[in-house]
Amino acid sequence: MPRYEPWSAERASMIIAANSHREGAALPILHALQQAFGCVPDAAIPMVAEALNLSRAEIYGTVTFYHDFRKEPPGRRVLKLCRAESCQAAGGDALAARAEERLRVEMGGTTADARVTLEAVYCLGLCHSSPAAMLDHDVFGMLDERKLDALLKEAQA
Amino acid sequence: MTARIFIPRDSGALCVGAEQVARALFKAAENRGLDVTIVRTGSRGMYWLEPLVEVATPQGRVGYGPVKAADIDGLLDAGMLEGGKHPLYLGLVEEIPFFKRQTRLTFARCGVVDPRSLEDYRAHGGFQGLEKALALGPEATVEEVVNSGLRGRGGAGFPTGIKWRTVAQTPPQQKYIVCNADEGDSGTFADRMIMEGDPLVLIEGMTIAGIAVGATYGYVYIRSEYPHAVEAMEIAIRRAREGGMLGPRVAGSPHAFDMEVRVGAGAYVCGEETSLLESLEGKRGEVRAKPPLPAHAGLFGKPTVINNVLSLATVPIIMSDGATFYRDFGTGRSRGTMPIQLAGNIKYGGLFETAFGISLGELVDDIGGGTRSGRPVRAVQVGGPLGAYFPRALFDTAFDYEAFTARDGLIGHGGIVVFDDSVDMAKQARFAMEFCAIESCGKCTPCRIGSARGVELVDKIVAGEDRAENLIVLEDLCNTMKFGSLCALGGFTPYPVMSALTHFPEDFGASPKRLAAAE
Repeated sequence: MPRYEPWSAERASMIIAANSHREGAALPILHALQQAFGCVPDAAIPMVAEALNLSRAEIYGTVTFYHDFRKEPPGRRVLKLCRAESCQAAGGDALAARAEERLRVEMGGTTADARVTLEAVYCLGLCHSSPAAMLDHDVFGMLDERKLDALLKEAQA
Repeated sequence: MTARIFIPRDSGALCVGAEQVARALFKAAENRGLDVTIVRTGSRGMYWLEPLVEVATPQGRVGYGPVKAADIDGLLDAGMLEGGKHPLYLGLVEEIPFFKRQTRLTFARCGVVDPRSLEDYRAHGGFQGLEKALALGPEATVEEVVNSGLRGRGGAGFPTGIKWRTVAQTPPQQKYIVCNADEGDSGTFADRMIMEGDPLVLIEGMTIAGIAVGATYGYVYIRSEYPHAVEAMEIAIRRAREGGMLGPRVAGSPHAFDMEVRVGAGAYVCGEETSLLESLEGKRGEVRAKPPLPAHAGLFGKPTVINNVLSLATVPIIMSDGATFYRDFGTGRSRGTMPIQLAGNIKYGGLFETAFGISLGELVDDIGGGTRSGRPVRAVQVGGPLGAYFPRALFDTAFDYEAFTARDGLIGHGGIVVFDDSVDMAKQARFAMEFCAIESCGKCTPCRIGSARGVELVDKIVAGEDRAENLIVLEDLCNTMKFGSLCALGGFTPYPVMSALTHFPEDFGASPKRLAAAE
């Protein structure tokens, strides 16, 4: 279960320093920052830029290009529902609507109690067992209403 | 005697409870004082049977599935450890028709071996391709791959050996092997299965590539949606390094080769090879104009072999068994086997590796068993979000690169997504444009703007607004995207759109709304 550290410039410099020697270090650094803080805080961008001898604009451009990188930490659990074709074919759209209704949140949003962030994902590679979902790093397939409800309950627990 | 039980750790098995089954078995064996070894494998690819538990018997591995944790006590009572009968008993796993009908070359070990064990890998023919490559030398290795007829399994179908030869012919310098494991197409999971079930074959394939072209370092770029594959690859790389199969002297030879995993960040377009290279360099995943080819100026401007997981994972068997052995499978210019993935609303979803040439209808109806919902199959999308929708009328199409091209489709990465008769094809066409708009890297206008306009056009057509005129505009827009986009994202999005329009025009009219999605 992800638990994030509060922002610390000192901790961020350590993370950056641990990775900055790598070839093409930006993505590994951004992933490591997000793992620690739950997001890539704006304050980290100039630090990464300086360490890699790049402009802030370049790092900002990289951060904002990728769907994964967040500006704010997510809820305590992240539930990703697959919305791609295979899961559409197996009734995924109705399940997504049900999840939004039950959690009272739209795709991409976080519940008012900050327990669950609900996100669309385009393929989890579990298309043989559509519809599929991922709760943090745990995967779920062959979802139906009953299984989805159990999953929502687990996410909110 | 210790009973050997095999339970997959493949995420396709985990997603239906394999971890709980493994834990329940472990606990039950402990309570009963049974002498049991549990081996965690990849998946055989028969996902409707997962969690599939296998038991080693003198006759071969006997399967039980789909097993729930609550079934374990009953299974043990029924004598599962000796292959005893039970309602979940499936007999010898390799005799199950879905499995028996396949030709497993790339996937020979997947679901069989412990993916974390070098010894197990070796015991099942692993590293024989590498030994052969070391014996033959770089030039002959490249020619062997050329002669095998292997074409890029990622989707483009470019001859793998030609890429290698181009890189091999560049002057000696830092060169790279990049494995494209950014498997983002809906309906595909073969790369994931290999990385989770037989990661060492990918390591071996990349090592052979490195030695053949004179590259000393490799990257596996895995999408972030695949955390289990990332873990499996990282463990396997570590084991290979510890076992002397990666490092300054690969398998005791004078060749150096090492590699690492890099994780993507949720951008579909990074499956496009030049966008992937940009991403590996730490930049926005924007597509590069070609030329220069990655083979001349790829990662960090250096000569780079960039191949899909399946292409690289097929190299070891080509080397060990020979180009001729591999080339003898298949048809026309599509040589060898293709791991085909059956997905969507399908009864028997999974991986079916077979020689090129099998018909689409046989794959969907016969092997896949039709829909899971039990309703008639109305359409299948072949080749991911950029692949065409095929109606039943085209089910005689043979599964090979050229046959699909001839019918305005593509096989792509080999995924087939099945839809039943509740599908609304206008909605699917709209989704294709919407997906392109979400995932466009933004570099070229036809893709960036065209996809947004495409969504609006489909909406207008469905709403009956200037329908005839807007259909002409949509077709025109598709042509602009097809011929004016830098890469396959904008260039191929017209395939699902136009095929939906061509084969299912009734869904774009003002006809009554189709049934809501099947329950």
